[in-house]
This record gives sequence, C-alpha cells and structure tokens, in this order.
Amino acid sequence: MTTALHDSPSVPAPNTSLRHARRSRGQAILSGGITTVIGAVGVVVGLSTIFGQPRHLRIGWLLPLVGVVIDLDPLGGFFIAATGAVSIAVGIYAVGYAQREHWARFPLVVLPLFVAAMLCVPAAGSVTTFLLAWELMAAASLVLVLSEHHRAEVRSAGIFYAVMTQLGFAAILLALVVLSAAGGGDAFATIASHLGDISPGTRTAVFLLTLMGFGSKAGLLPLHAWLPRAHPEAPSPVSALMSAAMVNMGIYGIIRIDMQILGPGPHWWGLTLMIFGAVSAVFGVLQASVATDLKRLLAYSTTENMGLITLALGAAALLSSYGVQNVSAMAMTAALLLILSHASFKTLAFLGAGSVLAATGLRDLDKLGGLARRMPGTTVMFGIAALGASGLPLGAGFVGEWLLLQSLIHSPHDNNTMLALMMPLSVGAVALTTGLGIAAMVKAFGVGFLARPRSAAAAAAREAPASMLAGMTLAAAACAVFAVAPVLLSPILRQVLATLPSVGGVEAGPALGTYLRLPGMAGSISPGLIAAALVVAVLLALGLSRWGARHRPDAVQAPLWACGADSLSPKMQYTATSFAEPLQRVFDNVLQPDTDVEITHFAESQYLVEKVTYRTLMTDPVEHRLYNPVVRAVTTWAQWVRRAHPGSVHLYLTYGAMGLLIVLVIAR
Amino acid sequence: MSATTPITGLAVLATTLQVVAVVAGAPLVVGGMRQVRARLEGRAGGGIGQPWRDLRKLMRKQQITPQGTTVVFGFAPAVVAGTTLLIAAILPLIALGSPLDPAADLFGVVGLLFLGTVALTLAGLDTGTAFGGMGSSREITIAALVEPTILLAVFALSVPGRSANLAAIVSATTNNPGQLISPGSLLAFVALGIVIIAETGRLPVDNPSTHLELTMIHEAMVLEYAGPRLALVEWASGMRLTVLLGLMANLFLPWGVAGANPSALAILIGLVAITVKVAMLAGLLAAGEVFIAKLRYFRIPELLAGSFLLALLAVTASYFFATPTN
Repeated sequence: MTTALHDSPSVPAPNTSLRHARRSRGQAILSGGITTVIGAVGVVVGLSTIFGQPRHLRIGWLLPLVGVVIDLDPLGGFFIAATGAVSIAVGIYAVGYAQREHWARFPLVVLPLFVAAMLCVPAAGSVTTFLLAWELMAAASLVLVLSEHHRAEVRSAGIFYAVMTQLGFAAILLALVVLSAAGGGDAFATIASHLGDISPGTRTAVFLLTLMGFGSKAGLLPLHAWLPRAHPEAPSPVSALMSAAMVNMGIYGIIRIDMQILGPGPHWWGLTLMIFGAVSAVFGVLQASVATDLKRLLAYSTTENMGLITLALGAAALLSSYGVQNVSAMAMTAALLLILSHASFKTLAFLGAGSVLAATGLRDLDKLGGLARRMPGTTVMFGIAALGASGLPLGAGFVGEWLLLQSLIHSPHDNNTMLALMMPLSVGAVALTTGLGIAAMVKAFGVGFLARPRSAAAAAAREAPASMLAGMTLAAAACAVFAVAPVLLSPILRQVLATLPSVGGVEAGPALGTYLRLPGMAGSISPGLIAAALVVAVLLALGLSRWGARHRPDAVQAPLWACGADSLSPKMQYTATSFAEPLQRVFDNVLQPDTDVEITHFAESQYLVEKVTYRTLMTDPVEHRLYNPVVRAVTTWAQWVRRAHPGSVHLYLTYGAMGLLIVLVIAR
Repeated sequence: MSATTPITGLAVLATTLQVVAVVAGAPLVVGGMRQVRARLEGRAGGGIGQPWRDLRKLMRKQQITPQGTTVVFGFAPAVVAGTTLLIAAILPLIALGSPLDPAADLFGVVGLLFLGTVALTLAGLDTGTAFGGMGSSREITIAALVEPTILLAVFALSVPGRSANLAAIVSATTNNPGQLISPGSLLAFVALGIVIIAETGRLPVDNPSTHLELTMIHEAMVLEYAGPRLALVEWASGMRLTVLLGLMANLFLPWGVAGANPSALAILIGLVAITVKVAMLAGLLAAGEVFIAKLRYFRIPELLAGSFLLALLAVTASYFFATPTN
C-alpha cells in the first residue's frame, strides 16, 4: 500500500507523479464532497418531512407514460434521513480512502449516484418510481462492488451478488405488478385506498413474494449468501453504505408494502416474520462468532441485526393482529431504534475495518493484532462500534434490544397459546444472539486490535489520515447519542409511528425521556444515568485501589511471564480461530466446519510428533446445502441447452424459420 | 412504583450502606467459603479474615505493567470493580427504594455484569500470551452460553410482577409468597443458581483455587496481573459473588428487606437479614463444592444447555400456571 505522495517508482518524472497525485486528490475531494452534500440534503429533507406536511410531487416528463411520483411521508423521511446520515460520514471518509487506495474514476463517479439512488427508494410514491429507484440502487452498488475487478474473488462475489439481487428484484417486480393490477393503480396511495378490492389470495401471494425480494436485500436467511461475499470484497466505504444503509431498504420495503399498505395481515404474517428474523439472527451471529475475516464477520453481524429488526417487526405485527396495540407500538419502536443504532455502529465498524485494510492490506484477524499502539484513533472508533454491536449498556445497540426484550416479555398471554409459546422462544433467540454477539465482537476487537502483531504487515500499520478519522468520528458521535441520550430521537419516532396504524401507531409508543418508560406498564431504564453512575463507580474503584499506595515502590514495566522460557513469540498468542474454537465445537452440528488435522511422526518413533497441521475451513452450511444443488441444476440444464448451439449458421436459420412458423400458426 | 415516590435521605443511606457492606463483606464471604471448605476437608484453614490480609499485602506491592499492554489492561480491573459496585447500588439488598432502581432493571444489571466480564476478557487478550487468550476464549464462551439462561430466568421472574425492575419483582414476591413454590419460580431458581455458579467461576464450572494451567479459566485470564491491580481483580470477583448471592437470596427469600421508604430500624434489620442470607447461601455453596469435581470444559455447555431448558420451562410454566392475584 503506497500513499498518493509516494507513488510507485515506475512513474517517469516526479513532476508528473505530483500532478497525478494532485489530480487524484482533487477527484477524491470532489466525489466525497458531492456524496456528503447529497447525504446532508437527505438528512434535511428527511427531517423536514418527518416534522412537516406530507409532500406529493409528480414529474411527468422524467419517465414516459407514467411519470415519476415522489411521495414524502414520515416513514419515508425516517429512512431518507438515516441513509443521508450514513452517507455524510462515508462521504467524508471516502476523501481520504479514495486517495490512499487510488480509486479509479469510475467508482468515484458512481459513489454519489449510489447514494442518490438509495435516497430515492423511500421517497418513491408509485410502483414504477419505486422499481426504477430500486434497480438504479442495485446496479450502482454492483458497479461499486466490482471496483477492484482485477481480483478473481471480487469478480466471483460480483456475479453472486448480481444474480441474487436481480432474482430479488424479479420477485419484487412480480409482487408489485400483481399488487398494482389488483389495486387499480400505480400510486401507493391508490393501492392503499383500494385495499378492499384485493382478494386474500393476492395479498398472500404479494406478501410471500415481497418477503422473498426484500428479505434477500436485507440479508435474511436463507437469502443472505450475497452479504458475506459482496461486503468483504467491496471497498470499505461501499461496504459501509451497503451494510448500514442499503440493507435497510429491504426492511423499508417490508414495512411499507407488507405492514403499511397491505397490513394488518393475518396472524401468520407476523409469525413468519418472527421466525425468519429469529433464525437469521441466531445463524448470522453464529457465523460471525467463528468468522476470521474481519469484514465477513461484520457482514454476518448485519444478517444478525436485520434478523433482530425483522423479529421486532414480526412481533409488532403479531401483537397487533391480536389487538395488543400498546405492546405492538413498543416492538415497532424497538425496530426503528435498532435500525438507527445498527446504521450508526455498522457504518463505524466498516469504516474502521477499511482503515485497517488500507493500513495493513489485511482482513484476516489471524494475521492482525497490536493495532492499538499503531492506530490509536481507529482502535477507539472500532471499540465504540464493537461495544454498540454487542448490545451491552453504554453501547449504541442496548436501548433497542432492551425495548425489544421488554415488548416480548410484556405481551399478554392469557388464554393465548400462540403468544405464550412464541414469546419465550423469541426471548431465548434474542438472548443467545446477544451472548454470541458479545463473543464475536470481543474477538474482532481483542484479537484484531489488542495483543501483539501477528504479521509484519500489522506491525508496520500507520494511522489513517484525518479525513478518514473525521468520518469515523461523526459515526461515533451518533453511536454515543443512541447509547446515552435516546431521548433526542423521541419526537422522530413518535411521528413515524403515527404513520403506521396497523402496528399500534394509534397508541403512544414508549416514552424515551431521561428514563425510558413503557406506556401502561411497569418498567423503566435510564441509559444516561447508568453511564454517569458507572463513571462514578469506576472512579470509586480507582479510589479503592489507592489504598496502601504510599507503601508501594515506584511502578515499573516488566516483561510478560513466559512460563520460564526465554521469551514469548507473537506466534504463541491465541488467534481468532483458536479464540472461537470452543464455540465452534459447541455448535458443531449447525456450523459443520471442515477441519483437517494432519500429524507427522518422526521416522525413529511414532510416539514422537514432528509436526501437526491443523486446517479448518468455515463454509456456510445453508449455502452448501441450498445453493449448490440449485447452481448444479442450472448448470446441467444449461449444458443441455448448449447442445442446441453448435455454431452452425444454417441451423440457427432453421431455428428462426421454425420459430416464425410456430408464431404464425398460433397467431392465426 | 418507587420511580414515582420521592427519594428520602434514609433510602440513599440504605443504598450507600449496601455498597459499603458489599465492599467490606466480599472478602469475608470468600474467606468464609474457604474456611468452610477447609474444615470439611479436615484442614485448619487460614481464617475468615485471610482474604482481607491478602488484599492488604497485594495493595502494598509494586505496580507492574507487563510490556506491550495497553490501557485496556490497566483499566479493566477498575471497570470490573466499578460495574460490580454499581450493581450493588442498584439491587434491593437492604432496602427496595434504591435511587438507581428505576435507572436499571434486571436486564440492565445483567448487561452491566457482562460489561465487567468483557473488560477482563479484553485484558486477557491484551497481554498477548497464550494463557491470556486461552482464559479469555473460555470465559467468553461460557458467558455467551450463560446469557440466554439469565435472560430467560429474568423473564420468568418478571411475569408475576409484570415488570423487570427489581423492586417490583421483590415486592411482588413479598405480597404474594405463595408463588415462590410455583413450578415456574422453582425452575427459575435452579436455572439462575447454575448460571450464577458459572458466572462467578465456582465448581463445577471453574475451580477458583486451581493453579493448574490446563484447567484454568478465570485464573488464566488474569495471570499477568500483580500487586494492586490483582488485588482489585480479586476484590471485584469476591464482590460479584457476594452481589449475585444477595440477588439470589432476595429474589427467592425476600423477607427482611426494608421497604421503599425505610426507617432506621428497618435498614438495620435489612442489613442483618441480607448478611445472614448471604452467609447461609455461601456456606451451602462451599459445602456443596467439597463433594463435586470440576467438569471437563467441553461438558460445561451441556450443563448450561440443561439450565437453559429449565429456564425455558420456567417461563412456560409461569405463563400457563400464572394466577393473576393481586
């Protein structure tokens, strides 16, 4: 990794290199600046929509026949503002990152375009506009994933992503076409007002198809497989945008189509969402806890968090279908809070991982370590993100998870076997997710940033430039707000909730004051007060340890205890693989790791071991079991079809003539 | 709820007393348990005050920072001790009306507990030794598997009081003692007991007095600590044990706890009651430990899975057998 100023020696004259560096710097500033400005516009528009009047805009000339319809309401505004905020941080970060990584012109141009497309998705007011924005977003993200296309892994990830995102788009397209045909119009408002005309069968079909399409965008099981492939291979600012903003669009689609326009649905809709959410959360976190690639770990953590959000949405839908509006409103608030907190800590985590990647060229945790001394700023930032992701108090994710748990334990259970069974199981799933999430994040932070460097590249790491640190600081500030002062979000959440009558929007949601209180229920918490009290308590503990201080000799530094050996080598440390080995063994049945132990004995005696080779390959069992057969079937089919394409022009002419004849016969 | 009642000076006094009692009593609890164990094994033992003497000795030693460690290693003991002190201030040990009770419910307390665990785990990794990593890896695995059980047990306990705030749970039990012998409550008691043993590193999950490397969990993680920092780690782990035993005692035997608006006499009774209860539980735990051996590390998940199942049954039972009597 060379920086822009110390360019590679193959450049002929220093003058040219300097000019080249200046130009690439200008381009990076321009691209990052435009991205930031678009993001800021998104935040302003989003917030003014949440607190202002709903706005309707029709631009007829932009799209033939139907025109582009923009409909801004608080729900859309919420997602616009969240996406905008992520883009601001990413835009600032991209200025430094694009220079350090020598981005080509193409990704620099597409980055602001991608952000703009994402902002259009929640603003769309009609099926056509929505699909247009959606496809634009998917195409722009695909181009960005492929920005390092000279590497084979990137190309493979790109193909995987392209196929899955287009299949998801096909499902959404089909669902929305059916919906607008049944609803008698293109605009979402028209469809919503003609809800009575839509038959239950159509509604079910639309629900299932949109769940598939939006679920694949949100990375829910079993359509998650593109996440752990595309996110690690994309440049880190793009990973941050995809993981913190684009996956949210899947959640937005589920809320908008399935809960707002089609809702309230039957019981099993909520139940289905809960089951998909819980399975995704547990599976995602399990894979994250055994992953050794830092960005792959974060990608699986996205699946986990989207699972938790879907679980909360499902709980809201289920409770609302049983008429428990106040608890349903709580679950919905939890989902909205989780969306915001996930966006903030995941942006920060991917940007931090990007700094590490830019400084060392490494994503493999087994080769990292010791970054805390060389990159203190990045380490602190990643620490804040990891704390947020682990759902512990003082972390960004705590309040959302607390509300989710409260909504699960406060659901009434009198004479309702369904709720009495679902809620404890969901609490178990959420709790297991939190527990394993802590393990995954301790691994990512502890193995990656603390301890001693496990490779020469990690030992030679240098701190990220100021613009990258500035982008991360913004995201970290958002994390801090969600962690200690969720009260600031209270007015936003109230407005958004009011637009969702089918999931308890008529009730007041939980009050997020200094104390978070639940409406009509006993139970409260105060994240800000806990933080303040913890600071006092830690100071008290430090005071306790002053006892006897005047008898102490001066503090010294000493070498680590080496069990009597000469010295410790960094190779003796626990790596990410060894750290996660117990968990891998405990969850052997689910993870199905491919392990290989090879023992070579000395020739003289088979009781003496010369060397032991241990290899473990973590593959995704779902991918293995579900995707490979499908891919194999498609390949076999393609082989068959290929036999009809021998390359003979005469044969092709015959095909054409036959086709024409068939058409004529049918059309007669 | 206590959130709405004004906080009186005596309630603040009771909370302060709680923290002081935990700080001062924790080494005595550890000493007492060692003494019970020693006597049952036919040894004389070092006396109840031995942990206090050890602390004084360690506190006067030189502060040694291992080379290559960061602030994480230096501050982890203070974070563990700080979270435990905060938990001691939140829990209804002596009186119900802690000013911090509405600030953190049982989920918050569990979160704080894990925050301490995470701090020590990171410190273990920070040293960059094989033992530190080994201890951390084992500790975090156990913690990850303990968390579901704890939260489910919390769920089961919060069903009768319809709140996860501790004062509400304890007062619901005092008002309606009959539910203590309900299946849900009993199952939750056993499940919570197992996870408290796992969390505080007692037998059969971890042997607190081991110095055999291969079996160590907690000890391996804190191997690089010495002097005052080691003292703080030891003190904090004693306080964790004390606080969790106190929580267990008051969740399932809530008698003697002073109300939200206590008198001076009630506070005194509360102090005596919690001391007796913790001493009894600690004695029972120590006596039980004499008769069991440490489990093999990879058998521990089975024990924890069992406790998870008990907790799940506890919730289900409390749902299906819930009697809405108030």
